[in-house]
Amino acid sequence: MLLISCPWCGDRSEEEFSCGGEAHIVRPVTPQDMDDQAWGDYVFMRRNEKGVHFERWRHGNGCGRWFNVARSTVTHEILAIYQVGDDRPEVPE
Amino acid sequence: MTDAVHRLENGGRIDRTQRLSFHFDGETMHGHPGDTLASALLANGVRLVGRSFKYHRPRGLMAAGGEEPNGLVRLRQGGRAEPNVRATEIILYDGLVAESQNRWPSLNFDLGAVNDRLSPLFPAGFYYKTFMWPASLWPTYEAVIRRMAGLGKAAESADPDRYEKQYAHCDVLVVGAGPAGLAAAHWAGRTGARVILADEGAELGGALLGNGQRIDGRPGMNWAAGIGAELARAENVRLLPRTIVAGYYDHNALTLLERVADHLLQPDQGQPRQRLWQVRAKQVVLATGALERPLVLANNDRPGVMGAGAVQTYINRYGVRPGRRAVLFTNNDSAYPAAMDLAKAGVAVAAVVELRAQAPLRYLPELEQLGIELLVDRAVLSVTGRKSVTGVQIGKLNEAGDGVVAGLERRIDCDLLCLSGGWTPSLHLLSQSGAGLQWDAAQGCFLPGPGRAAASQAVRVAGAANGDFGLQDCLTLGAEAGNAAANDAGHRRRGRGPRKPAADDAAAPLPPRPIWSIPGPGRNGGNNSGSNGGKAFVDFQSDVTAADLRLAAREGYRSIEHVKRYTTTGMGTDQGRTSNINALGIVAQALDVPVPQVGHTTFRPPFSPVTFGALAGGQVGPLLDPVRRTPMHGWHLAAGAVFEPVGQWQRPYYYPKAGEDMAAAVDRESLAARTSVGLMDATTLGKIDIQGPDAAEFLNRIYTNGWKGLAVGGCRYGLMLGEDGMIFDDGVTARLGQGHFHMTTTTGNAGHVLDWLESWLQTEWPELVVYCTSVTEQWAVAALCGPNARRLLAELCPDLDLSPAAFPYMTWQTAALPGVAGGLEARIFRIGFTGELSFEINVPAGHGPTLWQALMAAGEKYAITPFGTEAMHVLRAEVGFIIVGQETDGTTTPEDLGLGRMVSGKKDFLGKRSLSRSDSMRQDRPALVGLLTDDPGLRVPEGAQLIAGTNPAPPQRGQGHVTSSYHSPNLGRTFALAMLEGGHGRHGEAIHIAYDGRAVPATVTAPRFLDPVLEAPERAK
Ligand SMILES: [Zn+2]
Repeated sequence: MLLISCPWCGDRSEEEFSCGGEAHIVRPVTPQDMDDQAWGDYVFMRRNEKGVHFERWRHGNGCGRWFNVARSTVTHEILAIYQVGDDRPEVPE
Repeated sequence: MTDAVHRLENGGRIDRTQRLSFHFDGETMHGHPGDTLASALLANGVRLVGRSFKYHRPRGLMAAGGEEPNGLVRLRQGGRAEPNVRATEIILYDGLVAESQNRWPSLNFDLGAVNDRLSPLFPAGFYYKTFMWPASLWPTYEAVIRRMAGLGKAAESADPDRYEKQYAHCDVLVVGAGPAGLAAAHWAGRTGARVILADEGAELGGALLGNGQRIDGRPGMNWAAGIGAELARAENVRLLPRTIVAGYYDHNALTLLERVADHLLQPDQGQPRQRLWQVRAKQVVLATGALERPLVLANNDRPGVMGAGAVQTYINRYGVRPGRRAVLFTNNDSAYPAAMDLAKAGVAVAAVVELRAQAPLRYLPELEQLGIELLVDRAVLSVTGRKSVTGVQIGKLNEAGDGVVAGLERRIDCDLLCLSGGWTPSLHLLSQSGAGLQWDAAQGCFLPGPGRAAASQAVRVAGAANGDFGLQDCLTLGAEAGNAAANDAGHRRRGRGPRKPAADDAAAPLPPRPIWSIPGPGRNGGNNSGSNGGKAFVDFQSDVTAADLRLAAREGYRSIEHVKRYTTTGMGTDQGRTSNINALGIVAQALDVPVPQVGHTTFRPPFSPVTFGALAGGQVGPLLDPVRRTPMHGWHLAAGAVFEPVGQWQRPYYYPKAGEDMAAAVDRESLAARTSVGLMDATTLGKIDIQGPDAAEFLNRIYTNGWKGLAVGGCRYGLMLGEDGMIFDDGVTARLGQGHFHMTTTTGNAGHVLDWLESWLQTEWPELVVYCTSVTEQWAVAALCGPNARRLLAELCPDLDLSPAAFPYMTWQTAALPGVAGGLEARIFRIGFTGELSFEINVPAGHGPTLWQALMAAGEKYAITPFGTEAMHVLRAEVGFIIVGQETDGTTTPEDLGLGRMVSGKKDFLGKRSLSRSDSMRQDRPALVGLLTDDPGLRVPEGAQLIAGTNPAPPQRGQGHVTSSYHSPNLGRTFALAMLEGGHGRHGEAIHIAYDGRAVPATVTAPRFLDPVLEAPERAK
């Protein structure tokens, strides 16, 4: 049961949040110009890291806001929490 | 008052002035406050407490605590019955009722015991080997196996008691209230930190309550009581006795099960039986102690074979004499104090059999003084007796410990054999936390080691759990751990700490001699098979022997994780507390590798069984899930509606009149809505208020069709797709103002749609200025539908021009209803889901019932008919309107439903690109069609498969399936909708539906059976 620090509400238990999967996937600007392979990668393909994973979380049972989390999938340690749209932060491997 | 036969006259922490009655297998016995069921049974001379899992061998109590593998009973009766409770953990109360388990017909005479004689049929992995073929007989095998081998039976009726959940935060959670845990809590508490101290026992003190050790010149249990009293007074310390810490999860979240009232005949008024705690601790100190292992030797499971430490506890804590004549067999120091305690309790100690070549000198003078014979460098090779120990066979082992040097040397008669095979630190919780364990060859056990220890799992281990078995170490290192944990949680002590306690006996124990399995007395020494002196048990609860483990090794199993699953060792409710290390040692030996190479099994929560009652807590019955009701719910109830759950909503399903069944009611309602006027409660439809200058642009990206051209006052039907191109939701959205829309969604999907909108606004398009607000519960909606709908509505809002020219299809208006609540203002939408002339009247939720009643009163002259969800489904299917989630299943595109015209070619929208993926363009994709069975009276079930030929027998490839199927009074027959491969081009084809073992003939049609009565070409919902 993770303890997640919502940027707006502070420390809250995992059960107030939902994970939205991998972060930093940008929606293509001109999808119609992409081939099936490239579009399929955008829609379906996701990383399955052993180590640091950058992912989206939403404080659904709280303020309702989305934010990004860098989490170790090995130890479940949360290494950074940052705003949607910010670059990936530097975190220890 | 005479006491039970095996009760000592003095000593122990029991109250001899009070007598408690209890019933075991129907027999009435007596004990005292302070007893457990186990100690009371022993005091009454009960040796046989259960039958073993696989072989039904007679079994007695082996332990005094939570590691007890044999003494599982069914506690209490009726709805309160709880199976598989350890007798050693049941606090005795007056009127307690318990039954032994796993025996038939009775404990003394058990037919299943024949399994013991047939044991060659039950080797390791026997489930896999015996019952692999033919698979069709599996259910038969399973029933037999379950009856013969199952553990306890669950209660037959509902549990009348209440269970609770509680959340808590603390600076330091100390697990275990033995010497190390008490010292830790004491020192942490003195810093002012918020401390929780949890222990499974009813009394604080842990091992001190049973082992007779002394601190500061007085009994250790007195020291424990003193510390406990101070902690109980401290405002910053919460004591949780009778509480098992069951799970250690990420970020120092721990789950505790507090047995609030299990020690009472029944809970007091308002008291829960059990409470599940969810604790978030800044720091954790695990002072979980260590468990004594048995030694593995032939027939080591006979009633009367017990742990040496357990015997001490029964004598010192419970005042019970566990036998009359004892032999102790040990590979470490801890059996010696037990021998002396036995002698002092009046038990004849026939011998201490020491496996090591040297006995600890410090105990020898007292041993001699008590006249106890010491046999050094000897082993107990086997145990005699069946339902009770009658004696032991002694011999000498070779240096490797894998063979007997000179066969049997002698036999000693006894009725009690105390085994001490060394101590296993309880590291289940540490392992659950993610920390690694490390093999310590000298002590023959795992200790806390390096590994996956996250900084967020702030945990320390103290005392015997950390391999510090000496009492002084427990006290000193426990205090240090508690103090350091409090410091790390931000609390520092001002001034001096508590006085440091000193153990009277500070000598460090000699190292044990780890011999994992004692060879049997026969010629094939070391095999311990049935022909060689009897089975040598490793896991008593799962009935796994040393021979089973060796067999697994011979058959090629290398990892302990595989051996565990194959042999079932360590898979009982005790999670192998007494067996894991012995099993590892035996497997390592059989494979001839060091123990760490075999690995250790991963411990997973719960450490101890947690009842379903505690997990459910108060969320049972009507509180299982919130129920949502519309403002008109009371009217529906009074009208006799039958309700249907839709998500959390309760919606009227149909309104049966006297003597009507469902089919008749739905027919009547469906007919009325097409011939006069019907009224439906549409409040549950999801409603989202969307505002902002970019609202139209936003909808343009979310929906497949265009929204910028929609005039204020207009409504439009929209389809939402996921990025995979599959339909996700649909609904009608109205433009209330230039930058203001009112979106409706399907009832069950409203929350998901709002989440969907928010996720795009927040993460992908933050530049759009749009605000989404759920208004589902702000509006009550009455849907008026049928040829008389316009006339009826005109009566309610006389000032509104309802003519098709002034109020066309797919528009909305505001109107005052002078006759309703003094001129209620309503939003009226000319939209509908039935294909009939419809008006959806929205009023502020609180006015819903008033509006509803006004419509019903005014509609009386038209025989206005309230209709439920089933009639609504019939009506919409007649005109071919789909329901997302019924016709669609997450693999359905707009084109599959024949809704290609809804897809804009001009703009991009979510999921658009996926519609031109090769798979989305396939001609043979399942497509929406209508179906008419040749027999107009036959209604096929939804989900039925469409098949090519006339043979309904599987296996065959289905062509599609029925998604909706009804009887229509308007059509005078049954009809269905279906998803059929390549269906768009197959209208008119004959097809069959597999149903009831038959191939039902039907014709494929267009998915529309009546034309909707609309003035616009576009369909509406
Ligand atoms: Zn928040």
